[in-house]
Amino acid sequence: MSTAPQPRTGSVPAGTPTKITQGSQTRGGIGESTLRPDGTLKVTGEFAYSSDMWHEDMLWGHTLRSTVAHAQITSIDIGEALATPGVYAVLTYDDLPAEMKNYGLEIQDTPVLAHGKVRHHGEPVALVAADHPETARRAAAKIVIDYAELPLITDEASATAPDAVLVHEGRTDHHIGHVPHPNIVHRQPVVRGDADAAAARADVIVTGDYIFGMQDQAFLGPESGLAVPSEDGGIELYVATQWLHSDLRQIAPVLGLPEEKIRMTLSGVGGAFGGREDLSMQIHACLLALRTGKPVKMVYNRFESFFGHVHRHPARLHYEHGATRDGKLTHMKCRIVLDGGAYASASPAVVGNASSLAVGPYVVEDVDIEAIALYSNNPPCGAMRGFGAVQACFAYEAQMDKLAAALDMDPVELRQLNAMEQGTLLPTGQRVDSPAPVAELLRRVKARPLPPERQWLSADAEGSSVDVRALPGGLSNTTHGEGVVRGVGYAVGLKNVGFSEGFDDYSTARVRMEVINGEPVATVHTAMAEVGQGGVTVHAQIARTELGVSQVTIHPADTQVGSAGSTSASRQTYVTGGAVKHSCEAVREKVLDIGRRKLGTYHPAWATAELLLEDGKVVTDGGEVLASLAEVLEDQAVDVELEWRHRPTEPFDLRTGQGNGHVQYSFAAHRAVVEVDTELGLVKVIELACAQDVGKALNPLSVQGQIQGGTTQGLGVAVMEEIIVDPKTAKVRNPSFTDYLIPTILDTPTIPVDVLELADDHAPYGLRGIGEAPTLSSTPAVLAAIRNATGLELDRTPVRPEHITGT
Amino acid sequence: MDFLRPASWEEALAAKAAHPTAVPIAGGTDVMVEINFDHRRPEYLLDLNRVGELAAWEVGQDTVRLGASVPYSAIMEHLRAELPGLALASHTVASPQIRNRGGVGGNLGTASPAGDAHPALLAAGAEVEAVSVRGTRMIPVDAFYTGVKRNALAPDELIRAVHVKKADGPQQYSKVGTRNAMVIAVCAFGIALHPETRTVRTGIGSAAPTPVRAKEAEEFLNAALEEGGFWENGRIITPSVAKRFAQLVAGACNPIDDVRGTAAYRRHAVGIMARRTLGWTWEQYRGTRRTLEGAA
Amino acid sequence: MRVTITVNGRPQEADDVWEGESLLYVLRERMGLPGSKNACEQGECGSCTVRLDGVPVCSCLVAAGQAEGREVVTVEGLADYARHREDAHPGTGCAAGTCGTSLDAAQRWQAGPTGARSADSAELSPIQQAFIDAGAVQCGFCTPGLLVAADELLETRPSPSDQDIREALSGNLCRCTGYEKILDAVRLAAARQEEAVR
Repeated sequence: MSTAPQPRTGSVPAGTPTKITQGSQTRGGIGESTLRPDGTLKVTGEFAYSSDMWHEDMLWGHTLRSTVAHAQITSIDIGEALATPGVYAVLTYDDLPAEMKNYGLEIQDTPVLAHGKVRHHGEPVALVAADHPETARRAAAKIVIDYAELPLITDEASATAPDAVLVHEGRTDHHIGHVPHPNIVHRQPVVRGDADAAAARADVIVTGDYIFGMQDQAFLGPESGLAVPSEDGGIELYVATQWLHSDLRQIAPVLGLPEEKIRMTLSGVGGAFGGREDLSMQIHACLLALRTGKPVKMVYNRFESFFGHVHRHPARLHYEHGATRDGKLTHMKCRIVLDGGAYASASPAVVGNASSLAVGPYVVEDVDIEAIALYSNNPPCGAMRGFGAVQACFAYEAQMDKLAAALDMDPVELRQLNAMEQGTLLPTGQRVDSPAPVAELLRRVKARPLPPERQWLSADAEGSSVDVRALPGGLSNTTHGEGVVRGVGYAVGLKNVGFSEGFDDYSTARVRMEVINGEPVATVHTAMAEVGQGGVTVHAQIARTELGVSQVTIHPADTQVGSAGSTSASRQTYVTGGAVKHSCEAVREKVLDIGRRKLGTYHPAWATAELLLEDGKVVTDGGEVLASLAEVLEDQAVDVELEWRHRPTEPFDLRTGQGNGHVQYSFAAHRAVVEVDTELGLVKVIELACAQDVGKALNPLSVQGQIQGGTTQGLGVAVMEEIIVDPKTAKVRNPSFTDYLIPTILDTPTIPVDVLELADDHAPYGLRGIGEAPTLSSTPAVLAAIRNATGLELDRTPVRPEHITGT
Repeated sequence: MDFLRPASWEEALAAKAAHPTAVPIAGGTDVMVEINFDHRRPEYLLDLNRVGELAAWEVGQDTVRLGASVPYSAIMEHLRAELPGLALASHTVASPQIRNRGGVGGNLGTASPAGDAHPALLAAGAEVEAVSVRGTRMIPVDAFYTGVKRNALAPDELIRAVHVKKADGPQQYSKVGTRNAMVIAVCAFGIALHPETRTVRTGIGSAAPTPVRAKEAEEFLNAALEEGGFWENGRIITPSVAKRFAQLVAGACNPIDDVRGTAAYRRHAVGIMARRTLGWTWEQYRGTRRTLEGAA
Repeated sequence: MRVTITVNGRPQEADDVWEGESLLYVLRERMGLPGSKNACEQGECGSCTVRLDGVPVCSCLVAAGQAEGREVVTVEGLADYARHREDAHPGTGCAAGTCGTSLDAAQRWQAGPTGARSADSAELSPIQQAFIDAGAVQCGFCTPGLLVAADELLETRPSPSDQDIREALSGNLCRCTGYEKILDAVRLAAARQEEAVR
């Protein structure tokens, strides 16, 4: 149904990543705030993001998506679309070339193109390739699809009703054996002690039901990429992703190609936050490119982006906490229901995190926890910064405030009294074997002086004594101070770092050292997805520290080197950073071996002393210079590619949740100061102070950036961000930046950051993964502050104005 | 799609007469969104950027003749004294980039109930200069909005300018959005005191199918102010009067539930904004009076 | 249709432009200038901000035909633009090479001693350099639009207050940084500019 495939010579498209070399006059090793190696490219507009890719003769791909949430497809007519001038291909399910038609991170339940049925609003049904995006859009509009709508599964009640329609018939995945209903993806209880018996000892019991809305990653760079067919029948794919090798593993079987025929290169990534852990346009662009024999570019617009990636699981959480009169927690019971939507994505891992971290950073010996994720006809949900832990933290922190109120205690003191520490046994039976300064983090945020009151009066407004920009409502001029009440709230959270539950969470790094123009140069090549977090900065720092060179080249990330795992779960600096360190150490040993062989006879220290590489030289631990690296290596290059793993973890027991499931924990605490216009229900966050233990700040400037960014995403879901799904149709009502609001610079307060560096001896350099923890505690701290200002219970997030005004 | 690029107002009118389905585009801040999101494929786009006079304004004796394409940023910067309500409304429009492009003509042409300029125009008093090859007619802004995103323009007409009454007293504008900047109105309210005629006018945005005035509230307040001699004595408005005014304004709303807010919240919030903005304008009026008295 | 635009001081021509194309699309896909970014295409994020006849606008909301015969400055031309401004009006901008001093008052960050600053600063505008130095760039997708908006702010208001900066940049969304380092960057550029004038 298209022009015959014409193999192309593999010319290089515009926007192909090139090596970034960062020279430096000084060491620039770990612990310094070295600047981004890609910074200059990014401020000049030269950095090539996936949507910037361009190839001569390229076509534009377009996706036709379902307009209904749950329906049988009774017919598809592509005739008119295909006959449109400028259209090169129209593909549906029937055109899929291989036996494998599905993909998925863990469970391969997601059709590449809908097969007889759509399960959510916006599911891909057909693809078009044309010579202009508008041609493709107009052709897609001519595809006629007849839908016979099916009953909708939209919540737990409809999912588990006796006569419920099954979202997925005939499941064969490895969770089906232990879930109570086929519309439940995964269930994980965590049971320890005897919560019922412990409840009898409680002087005070508080319960609560909480709702966490569906948040979107809202990365700014939309899903996009370029697929170029190659002469060998394979494909070159330039794409923005979080995990090249996971993409590859899912793409190859659907294309019916061996993995080595699909060469993936990471293009510039405009943010990710979990939303690029699943595939979006990758397979679609490849299918169109292979069919037409031409390069195909696909770029989602913002509307499509809301359908192009999974969202954060919305959740309903029921919690019960008990405490003795003196504030010691007796027990905790909870039930967490996460809505995974139509496809599994990361739902099983989200359930694992939610259940195993449901208690938060507190010591509770008797717990009864259950977490489940549903299959429904709502939009698919999966990875987003802090998944599982974020939803739980919102609820348990609300509970801690409620408990403090019931006990008439200070909420921070109550938290400190029950705070976990190094050595604490968690509900999973895992002992925390590195620093856990929970009480100290709370102490630090509480000790900060409060920002001055009524700052809107002190500001330099023109012609008025009131600066509305400092007030709730901001530029909209809704108050000049009327109805404005201040509130302060605290929260602290617990997040795991890295992939858990027995996953082989390794990374690979290739490091090369050679002498170029008399200068020793290290090249670091990994498949790590740089999504903005600054991994490339840190890799260069590690190479400088370990190899004593100033020139480090970061090779573009691609699939020509082993997997680096995902840029998620706060893991990249830990795991790929660990792999770079490990490979650098091996390179160093090889360099020293060469030196010993070549020059060992000239100085006894070659054989006897501890040798280091510093400032381009081999030096003894006593500081004596033995040789320059140029002398040692001459024209020889040392090249090493090694895998590195963190300590193994174990799966959780499916009935009790017991197991050493996590490798590392990370902690942050926030204090939120808000001003609420209580009459209009508008909120201005004045300050959102964070204290976090980072183990070791490899790059302090980047650490601050991660904490401030994560904090702001938590603020967003506290007061404005929510994907609104119509319960009657399961359709998304606000897929745009007009109606899905993320914080502007006028919504974001000052975010003072207090960094603790208590080393985790099990991790490289003692570091702790940092990216997610600040996203956890930010939301409940803002909610607590709004409750403090208004006296309202507020059991859902985001808080909307009508929740505050009661209208 | 055809792109029509008239170089003069006469050419623009001729083009619109020849192609009544042509969609005028000036700032592009509404039309281009619809095109980019594939919501609209007009047969003709009628670019008004080359018609320079549309971006000019004239301050007259009683009114400001505001060209349809005068950007919001210019209104904020240059017309704060003459059109304080509209200047405040302009400041709440989207973002600086949008305010640099968008103008009141576009707001009127789109006639969305959420358009930020409408409540300010209703409160100040304004007439829309609608022109076609057939001639010019002045449409009072109260009669301009005919339905959700519908207006009184004939298919061959273009908006040349808006004639807005120059402020003869304090004006205020307030808008509720769920973000502190760059937000579409959940609801909005504009108020203008007219000491010369001893009247108060209002405008409500995004809380009814069209922008509306709260006429009953205006009449109540006009009577109450008159009766109490407030315009002369400059006393603080009795809280019960302000409260009743706010209730009547809220009662003038006919809102809906949508993703941006509930009907009940909109009605509530419009009432709060009415009470507050009345307070602000009245305070300012009292201050002006005191200043005048002091000078005399 | 054919569209002729002066972009970053150079006349550029595009043929066969579909009438519904935006200035952003023409810059990115037809003129080889993908620096302006396509994040929302509805004027709600500012990533596509360019100067149109000197005025910052969202290029996604300018129909390509509307830009006919006009002058556009994109992030790719920002350094040149700043240099020319400095030549024409010394003191309103920071001449290349004269703004190397970092003022403690303007920054709460501790810049590392290494990096892009040394070699490349001659080619960057002060605001570009400040974004790098202050750590205001993470994924960088919002950066081009922010730079154009911030550069215009400092052109018209050389010593903005924090609230002025927030207001001027309230049309530019960033999802990575939480904006703190962006504020730092603008403060830093303003301080270096003052230093250069003194």
